[in-house]
Amino acid sequence: MSFVALRMLTGDRAKYFGLVFAIAFCTFLLENQTTIFANIMKRTASQILDVTDAEVWVMDPQTEYWEQTKPLKDTDLTRVRSVPGVQWAVRLFKGNPVARTPEGKFAVCFLIGIDDATLAGAPRKMLLGSWDRLREPDSVIIDQAGYVLLFPDQPLALGRTLEMNDHRVTIVGVSDASAPFASLPVMHSRYSEAITFLGRERTELSFIIARPASTVSADELTARIHQRTSLRARTTQEFMWDCIRYYLRHTGIPVNFGITIAVALIVGTVVAGQTFYLFTIENLKQFGALKAIGITNARLTGMILLQAFTAGTLGFSLGTGMAATFFEIFLHQLATRGIVLMWQCVALTAGCILSVVIVASMLSIRRVLVLEPAAVFRT
Amino acid sequence: MANAFGDGPGVLCRNVRKHFGSGEAKVDALRGVDFETRFGELSFLVGPSGCGKTTLISIIAGLLDRTGGELTVLGSDVDELSLNERVLFRRKNLGFIFQQFNLLPALTAAENVAVPLIAAGMSRRQAVDRASALLCQLGLGSRLQALPSTLSGGQQQRVAIARALVHEPRLVVCDEPTAALDHASGEAVMSLLAANAVRPGRTVIVVTHDTRVFHYAHSIAHMDDGRIVNVTRPSGAREQSAPLTAVPA
Repeated sequence: MSFVALRMLTGDRAKYFGLVFAIAFCTFLLENQTTIFANIMKRTASQILDVTDAEVWVMDPQTEYWEQTKPLKDTDLTRVRSVPGVQWAVRLFKGNPVARTPEGKFAVCFLIGIDDATLAGAPRKMLLGSWDRLREPDSVIIDQAGYVLLFPDQPLALGRTLEMNDHRVTIVGVSDASAPFASLPVMHSRYSEAITFLGRERTELSFIIARPASTVSADELTARIHQRTSLRARTTQEFMWDCIRYYLRHTGIPVNFGITIAVALIVGTVVAGQTFYLFTIENLKQFGALKAIGITNARLTGMILLQAFTAGTLGFSLGTGMAATFFEIFLHQLATRGIVLMWQCVALTAGCILSVVIVASMLSIRRVLVLEPAAVFRT
Repeated sequence: MANAFGDGPGVLCRNVRKHFGSGEAKVDALRGVDFETRFGELSFLVGPSGCGKTTLISIIAGLLDRTGGELTVLGSDVDELSLNERVLFRRKNLGFIFQQFNLLPALTAAENVAVPLIAAGMSRRQAVDRASALLCQLGLGSRLQALPSTLSGGQQQRVAIARALVHEPRLVVCDEPTAALDHASGEAVMSLLAANAVRPGRTVIVVTHDTRVFHYAHSIAHMDDGRIVNVTRPSGAREQSAPLTAVPA
């Protein structure tokens, strides 16, 4: 009877397309909102994830997330290096100087100072120039979005100058750094120069980044560093989640997105669920006739489930395609770069749609099962 | 008791009662119906609206439970069957023709007729082939692929007749088969029904209040207020029509 069920589903094109598109739009809304939310949260840790050389971050015990740093003492670097299992450990500076162009345009930036000797932590995805040119004096690498912000409507070019804290610096590279949570330019320079681009403080060492020896895991090394130095040591993934959790706890972002997602879920559930339920109700007479003819309740249940899961699968696939297309289009925009459809959001949405389909099916099945077949004799 | 080829009654009702609701809202739809049909005959059940005709055929067809009395359908005591067995009994032995046709709008004429065969486990292709053959015999050979919405009322009822007969049921229940049709179409449908449905080993019950088609009946049971008040056998009733030739498998 599967073909009968499918023909009943697709027979009325208007209802069929209405049902499929209701599920598709519900899917699109859910995947869109959850993905944007997740990617925005992930952006809070963009500069951490961009450092691919190191696996361990060491910081002051009071430091909770990337934006909030309390400088370490220079001797802390030596202490960390002395911990067994540390292959290497280097300094990393993070500051927010103001960069000005010769034309007078200015912007607060993320300035990341990397180890002078090794350049560990340098941006590895370069659009123009090379990261090892940071060895040149008064040089910086700027990310593409920052370049466009400071030099609007101008082509990417090396050799342009900026002024930071009365220092003239030269752009020696344009990187494809991940978008930060706040839309600020991201710049990299050597540690020794970065600290001069910002007003000097007594201590400047924001983070120590380290790599474990091959015999030690990152988790094990963070525990050892904490035990021996009392400093806070986190793996890259742990530090990323620290940042995300901080924003989840201390900002209104999750509430705002949560409301939107909840509305999308409720509206989607109501529209898609009700559309399918009404579809069954409008076909009750047909189900009644089938019951009278001798189709068992089990078969009718199977028919309704087949209809619901067919519509659900089609709608979900269409909605996911729409969401993927949306993110593919906006992936190449500067403001929304790096925002991709995450499989976790697709899985979460699939779970929601499955729930909607199950609930709508159960309600529909109930109506058909309690339907008295004798009702077909009533006009 | 009846056997497959017509000894004894096809349907036997003794003092069948049915009420709906309870207390002050209780309605006695059937107040002790005695009714009998024979194999090879077209039995009409007639009477005014609300007299209990539809309730009675719903009970005979196993679609509704009775409140009291005895009922034997095709030699079987329906009470002895479980709910699932009743469904299977209905699928195998009963054919239905409804006033509003109740065809599935998304299926073609041939597919609609094939539904009882598919439900019985026949492959879709075989079922549609067999349904098509029957529709050709009923004069709808050119409309096999037509959707119900593109058929006239008379054509739809012919498809419904084919659907009711395609699986060779032993009991055919027709509820007001001509009510939704004009006189000419109604006459044509009854003629077709009489010619193809009536055959040895099968009993046909027709609920109607269309007096213009009474001449097709072998017996007419008059109902009023939940009871059979009179049973007549019209003198001019047609002898059994030529039975439907075997439908090719």
